[in-house]
Amino acid sequence: MMELIWLIPLIPLLGFIINGLGQYNFSRFVIGLIGCGTVLCAFLLSCGLFGQVLQARNAGEDATTVFHLFEWISVGGFTLSFSFLLDPLSAIMLLIVTGIGFLIHLYSYSYMHEDESFGRFFSYLNLFIFFMLLLVLGSNYLIMFIGWEGVGLCSYLLIGFWYKNTSYANAAKKAFVMNRIGDLGFLIAVFAIIATFGTLEYAEVFSKASQFPIGDATLLLITLLLFVAATGKSAQIPLFTWLPDAMAGPTPVSALIHAATMVTAGIYMVIRSNILFTLSPLTMQIIAGIGVATALIAAFIAVTQNDIKKVLAYSTVSQLGYMFLGLGVGAFTGAFFHVLTHAFFKALLFLGAGSVIHAMHHEQDMRSMGGLKKYLPITYGTMLLGTIAIAGIPPFSGFFSKDEILAYTFHSSPILWGLGFVGALFTAFYMFRMLFLTFYGKFRGTEEQAHHLHESPVQMTLPLIVLAVLSVVGGVINLPSALGGGHWLANFLSPIFSYTNARIPEVHLDHSTEYILMAVSALAAIVMAVIAYQKYVKKADVPQADSAEQGSLYKLSYNKLYIDELYAALFVKSLNSLSKFFYKVVDKAGIDGLVNGVADLISASGRGIRQLQSGYVGFYIIMMVLGVAAILLYGLLNV
Amino acid sequence: MNNLFILLLLPVASAILLAFAKSSSTAKWIAFVLSLVQVALTITFLCAFVPDASVQFEQSFAWISSLNIRFHIGLDGISLPLVLLTNGLFPLIILSTFTKEVKHSFYALASFMQAGLLLVFMALDAFTFYVGWEAALIPIYFICALWGEGDRIKVNLKFFIYTFFGSLLMLVAILYLAQQTPNKDFEWTSFVALDLSDYAQRWLFWAFFIAFAIKIPVFPFHTWQPDTYTNAPTAGTMLLAGVMLKMGTFGVIRWLIPVIPFGTSTYGNVALILCIIGIVYASIIAFKQKHGKRLIAYSSIAHVGLITAGIFAWNQEGLQGALLQMVNHGISVVGLFLVLDIIKSRTSTNTLSELGGLASQMPKLAVFFVIIMMGAVGLPLTNGFIGEFLLLKSLYSLNIWYAAFAGLTLIFGAVYMLRLFQKAMLGTLDNNYVNVTDVRGVEVLVLLIVSALIIALGLFPNGLLKLSEASVMQLIQSVKF
Repeated sequence: MMELIWLIPLIPLLGFIINGLGQYNFSRFVIGLIGCGTVLCAFLLSCGLFGQVLQARNAGEDATTVFHLFEWISVGGFTLSFSFLLDPLSAIMLLIVTGIGFLIHLYSYSYMHEDESFGRFFSYLNLFIFFMLLLVLGSNYLIMFIGWEGVGLCSYLLIGFWYKNTSYANAAKKAFVMNRIGDLGFLIAVFAIIATFGTLEYAEVFSKASQFPIGDATLLLITLLLFVAATGKSAQIPLFTWLPDAMAGPTPVSALIHAATMVTAGIYMVIRSNILFTLSPLTMQIIAGIGVATALIAAFIAVTQNDIKKVLAYSTVSQLGYMFLGLGVGAFTGAFFHVLTHAFFKALLFLGAGSVIHAMHHEQDMRSMGGLKKYLPITYGTMLLGTIAIAGIPPFSGFFSKDEILAYTFHSSPILWGLGFVGALFTAFYMFRMLFLTFYGKFRGTEEQAHHLHESPVQMTLPLIVLAVLSVVGGVINLPSALGGGHWLANFLSPIFSYTNARIPEVHLDHSTEYILMAVSALAAIVMAVIAYQKYVKKADVPQADSAEQGSLYKLSYNKLYIDELYAALFVKSLNSLSKFFYKVVDKAGIDGLVNGVADLISASGRGIRQLQSGYVGFYIIMMVLGVAAILLYGLLNV
Repeated sequence: MNNLFILLLLPVASAILLAFAKSSSTAKWIAFVLSLVQVALTITFLCAFVPDASVQFEQSFAWISSLNIRFHIGLDGISLPLVLLTNGLFPLIILSTFTKEVKHSFYALASFMQAGLLLVFMALDAFTFYVGWEAALIPIYFICALWGEGDRIKVNLKFFIYTFFGSLLMLVAILYLAQQTPNKDFEWTSFVALDLSDYAQRWLFWAFFIAFAIKIPVFPFHTWQPDTYTNAPTAGTMLLAGVMLKMGTFGVIRWLIPVIPFGTSTYGNVALILCIIGIVYASIIAFKQKHGKRLIAYSSIAHVGLITAGIFAWNQEGLQGALLQMVNHGISVVGLFLVLDIIKSRTSTNTLSELGGLASQMPKLAVFFVIIMMGAVGLPLTNGFIGEFLLLKSLYSLNIWYAAFAGLTLIFGAVYMLRLFQKAMLGTLDNNYVNVTDVRGVEVLVLLIVSALIIALGLFPNGLLKLSEASVMQLIQSVKF
């Protein structure tokens, strides 16, 4: 069974190839069958592998196996193999990628059914699954890098899926380029890892790294570069601005790539490399700082957004910030726990938003929605559950994962906890704001839209229901001991953290502190939900038109802190003027001017000689050949 | 059949035959079939090649005995990849002209050029090398001058002056070196064995470097290149960018660094830094180019800058990466110019502002374009990644900042390539282009081969890497700085 691991990425790849080649000839049903079927196969195989890992873990083993496939690059003494790693961490990631991936494929079958490029969409989606699986399955950093860049390509292709719209194509390009900035960091980190450890295989790198002293300068460099990579892929300050724009892609893409899987790659990478980061406390502090800052800024922006997908996009950036905060304070399991629960509820919320957009005929502005509760009962019900989960209200899954991160943060620094807590207040507020503006009050759209309002078909609601169940109960996998839980996830993952746990004493939180923290954050979330209810349901407050006069703080939030404008002025404009300067002044006037001067001189003097040229090419060729033949013959006859 | 001479003879014979061809369509087929025969012959050599450090299939006989000039050729792990590239690309370049009316003399010139290129790569005697160098140059002048566009005479004159200047420097250097050898000969082995004075090495380094730098081209010796690439007929651009510039990078590996080690250790760093400046400089210029071919021309300066930087790093990854990337660059640049040519055949323009939205009319072309573009920007699982990875790794081992600045090509490459793709293929379709047809027939065949090579070499680069491993290792060990 385990030997079949290579099939897991291969099957979606085959789906990509078949659908890619047959997209114009196959019926929609066949395309959907291949697209969904391949991912389902991969999911079933993943379940089998997960079962074996689980069994091994229950038997007290590490459950870590490396599968060598073939030698990929070999130069001098350095070889790099194409090999996969199956361990508790990759086993869970397999389940998320293929499981949620399958649900979203199923959902897309309906959502994209009318699209003229249905086949192209499914082939891209399958290709994404392939690369994402490489990312989580690789047993060394370069295989991870293949996946890392490959998902970036798929993200580019899918954001720009409706490529006729120039702003969508721009968003796609922006995403790819900003990701590439991070990727350069990754690549240089890879070189540094080779230079330091002589290998890229996780097992060897980590065992050698665990001998390094805390605060080692090389490890600092490596971890900082890896974190640069993570800021790109996982949309952290300063490289986060591509993610909100990425909402140009079809909504299932936002759910799969830009919420549940790809954007959490940075967190996966840090967790995978936990020993490197643990030994670099400075990097950890930077990660925590960037994480909490991103969480706050994104939450601040989300509060005033009116596009339902933009709210969710900033919420994703913000939640990713929480995960990095968790990593920074050493709550590796907590961060991963949040990756899991976030995958459930954010995929749910995006798919729910997609269901709303579908019903509203591509309207995304919440100011034109309202009162959808009675037309879309399943969408409403599931999104309500998702909103409660993300807001951190017990006993839904988001509460437990966020609580674990915040508890570790409190232990590490009460100030960071305070900031994180403020962000959580914002989260509860803007999420309920979104829910109320969309589903409560009176319908504010056009007559025609009202006429067409309908609940989505079962292929779309079924994934919503499954994800809603997971969002509600997902918390049980890592219940804290304070609530009588057994930290199942932490125990399951513990082989991943063996080096870290050997070096750093485990954090043991005082139960009474934990109770207080839990109570405070749960209560605060509920209070914020009530405030949102008062404002948007009781007072039926609707955000004003874009032209309306607003306070400066509101404007700052609404205009996303003008960060896009800042980057445009700082980097885009200056590079563009540099481009023109290099081309027109240095190249054309400078270097070329010099050469052309010489050329003119020669052409003036050569005018007379040119009379001799006949212009008949055949003649020249014969002369050339004859010339060479003559030289050759001269040599031969002289021997 | 394992007489290496046959690989040179066939293209020369083809050239003569093609010069007398009656019609262009017969010439087309003759050229194509003969280029396939050449591929088949090359494969027999590849199969017989033993991947160790030795020079194989050597042929040496006295040529101009009064000057101790020998006609000396052979294959080793360093020349073989380039011979493969040259002979492999020729059928593709000829195929790419099948949809057009091309004069029979073009094929004759191209075949003659092929012989010259092969002579450059196989030469083990400096005079033989020089003859090949010039023999490859002359046909391409004609190709550019006869079938080029725009201000072709002026552009070609600039190209001529640049390369003539370079050739002259190299000739002087070669003659000087031959005078220093005990037997006054031109053998590579005699050149490498020389114990030259530090003073001589200083000027010799620059003489050779400038000659090669012009050909590659390395900043600031590059300004002939964008004009020539843009104005040349596309098949000519493919010959120039796909194969010819590799004469320069190959020259650095074979003739510059091993012959002039002290000069290299003194000035090699300057050369390397010029290469890295070229990467950043040319990439930035490529950002705002309005013409597709000119954009690719500048991107090519950036790419070959990285290759040359890797050579000057002079370590195993650098040299093997450079050899691999020379092959990769040849494949992808031929692909890119072909895509632009196909677009031009449909829209009669390569000016980006006049294009747009072609993906909806040409979905197959869009797919090939994406694959070739990803190869060019070095996405993993394409051939470009392996090359960039090895080259940047070689730079990292010298200095992290070299790798960081050269690595900007990762980001900048994405910027200009995606812009090119977007301007040509994405957005709304212009009304003039609603009847544009997608790629078909020969076009699909060539694009398919190029794309397949890009992915195959990205997945399994080891076959090609193994060819050069032993030779490179020995070369590095033999050079004492």
